[in-house]
Amino acid sequence: MMWAIVLLPLLGALIAWLIPDNRRRSFVLPVFGLLHLALTVTLLAETPPPSPAGWIYLDPLGKLSLLSTSILFTICAAYAVGYLNYRRLRPNRTLCMALLVCLSAMTLVTISQHLGLLWIALEATTLTMAPLVYFNHNARSIEATWKYLLICSVGIAIALLGLFFLAYSTIVAQQEVTLLLGSLIEDAPRLHEGWRHAAFIFLLVGFGSKMGLAPLHTWKPDAYGEAPGLVGALLAGGLVNCALLALLRVYQIAIASTEGALFQEVLLGMGLLSMAFAAVFMARQSDFKRMLAYSSVEHVGIIAVALGLGKAALFGALLHMINNALTKGVLFLSCGNIHRAYNSKSTQFVRGALRRTPWSGALFLAAFLAITGSPPFGPFVSEFLIVSSAFVQGNYWSGGLFLLFLAMIFIGMASTVLPVVLGKIPKDIQKSPYRDTVHTVLPPLLLMGVILILGLWIPAPLHALLTEAAGMLGGGQ
Amino acid sequence: MNPLADQFLVLCLLLNFAVLGTSRLAFSVRAVALQGVLLGILPALIHPFSWHLAFIVVSIILVKGAVIPILIIRAIRQAEIQREFVPFIGYIPSLVLGALFTSLAFIFAAKLPLAPEHEGLLFVPASIATVMCGFLILMGRRKAISQVIGYLLMENGIFIFGLLLADAMPVMVEAGALLDLLVGIFVMGIVINHISREFSTLDTSRLSTLREE
Repeated sequence: MMWAIVLLPLLGALIAWLIPDNRRRSFVLPVFGLLHLALTVTLLAETPPPSPAGWIYLDPLGKLSLLSTSILFTICAAYAVGYLNYRRLRPNRTLCMALLVCLSAMTLVTISQHLGLLWIALEATTLTMAPLVYFNHNARSIEATWKYLLICSVGIAIALLGLFFLAYSTIVAQQEVTLLLGSLIEDAPRLHEGWRHAAFIFLLVGFGSKMGLAPLHTWKPDAYGEAPGLVGALLAGGLVNCALLALLRVYQIAIASTEGALFQEVLLGMGLLSMAFAAVFMARQSDFKRMLAYSSVEHVGIIAVALGLGKAALFGALLHMINNALTKGVLFLSCGNIHRAYNSKSTQFVRGALRRTPWSGALFLAAFLAITGSPPFGPFVSEFLIVSSAFVQGNYWSGGLFLLFLAMIFIGMASTVLPVVLGKIPKDIQKSPYRDTVHTVLPPLLLMGVILILGLWIPAPLHALLTEAAGMLGGGQ
Repeated sequence: MNPLADQFLVLCLLLNFAVLGTSRLAFSVRAVALQGVLLGILPALIHPFSWHLAFIVVSIILVKGAVIPILIIRAIRQAEIQREFVPFIGYIPSLVLGALFTSLAFIFAAKLPLAPEHEGLLFVPASIATVMCGFLILMGRRKAISQVIGYLLMENGIFIFGLLLADAMPVMVEAGALLDLLVGIFVMGIVINHISREFSTLDTSRLSTLREE
């Protein structure tokens, strides 16, 4: 049953490979997206016991990650049909296959309890995303792909070295050597200190560069800026969540050892630094897709800050993981529509989107309000939980800086988004065939609805899941 | 414990310097491939025989010694370049930095204790030194192919460390990691091919359209 959810998308990739027709092939994506989502919901409701060797198990942290990834993928897959219809001339076999293989790898990340297996799956997500970033086949996208591929491969290789250090620390401590999460958490206090310390540093750098925590985020603006909108959504929502889950596994081991406090401090520092970087670079950004990349840096920063604070902020961190993934989905998809409608992503030419593409413009505006933490949307709730936890803990400096950066980012992002959406349409503008249609508007609209609901009311099962998952990280409500 | 293993590791360290000091790409690829083969033989020297081990030895030698070098050499032919002309960090400075990193690796390794069964072996310093040299090449060279070579050198370094865990790592994890490496190099090869077609050069410092002004 557990393997079915990993194999299902691979079957989809096989079918996509076999279908010769571009138009028909794109329908494979939503079909398998929906099947995956259905299977995810079934598994969430009735979780099978761990596999005999303990490698595969869907624990609450994995559940949250799997749920958000699956929802986001299904939405992106539904959008892909409409999007690929506009790009009919470009062959999409590689795109469809890579998307489905990537979904399979992301699913494997969420269900693996063996860190070696998790690493393999995470590396697989990196590699399958490369052809997706390169979908447009031009000079700019190849540059972005190269940077992405090299930095992420090197980062993830460093994480592997970290994992080896961790495994070796069990040998030195005369424990049975293992990379199973459960045994590592149990053995954590007894592991050899020097090796464990080195392992945490390497793992943080490795997974941090894949997540895009500052100062390891340099590949993000290029890759997010050049990838098609739906790929950007999956990078910012799916891949980030997988890397975050890997980091959370390390976090689980760290807090079980004596080094939890140090690990948290480093995360807090990196999180605030990420927010600061985002605040500075977000201002005066003339490419609205690149701006979204800095927003992604900001939000992994927010999550890192919350993990650094611990306690009640952990609930907020996990809720924010979901909120951020979904909101990034709406942002990238609507921004992809606007890009198509204007054939440009420079704020110099793109103005007045609300009149040219009313639905996409409105969605972009709403998602901008949501991601910057305005009520009544989901991210407001999670950010509020995090910042209030900082003040309750008496960590006034972190809380104050957090609020300051949020304000700076709101202003910086508004100065780009508002002209794009509300400004006056330039006269000498190119004509383009794109108009808002049901296919390209309904998926992000549905997602926006979910974000709104999450802002008003968290369903009881989700609340229970979040509390349970936060408990695994050592935090109570 | 096993003097032969240590000699192999010393040879690996020397190969790092061969890569650091040359401008000829094909030569660097062969040096890294030779290093990969040495790493493939190493586990056979330090661990007792098992089928698991035999599988690892054969697949490492095959992948690191044959498939990957062939992929890269083909990319070099298609791109019609032989040399790294003006690296960011020159060859002499690279060698000096390489020597510095290698000695630092020895100091770092001395601070971390080894398990009793690995006492006195050079695995840890050799691994860290090779990773550092790989980094140096990644940062110091302009050509995309040189950067791939740097990445491979780094992977070799990580592999050296992995050998200490060879009897503890499940086969599936090893095979998966090797497969990921192979696919990674394959994808990089394709991207390199496209770079050279798009820019008529493999100089990654020309890849600067996306730079933040």
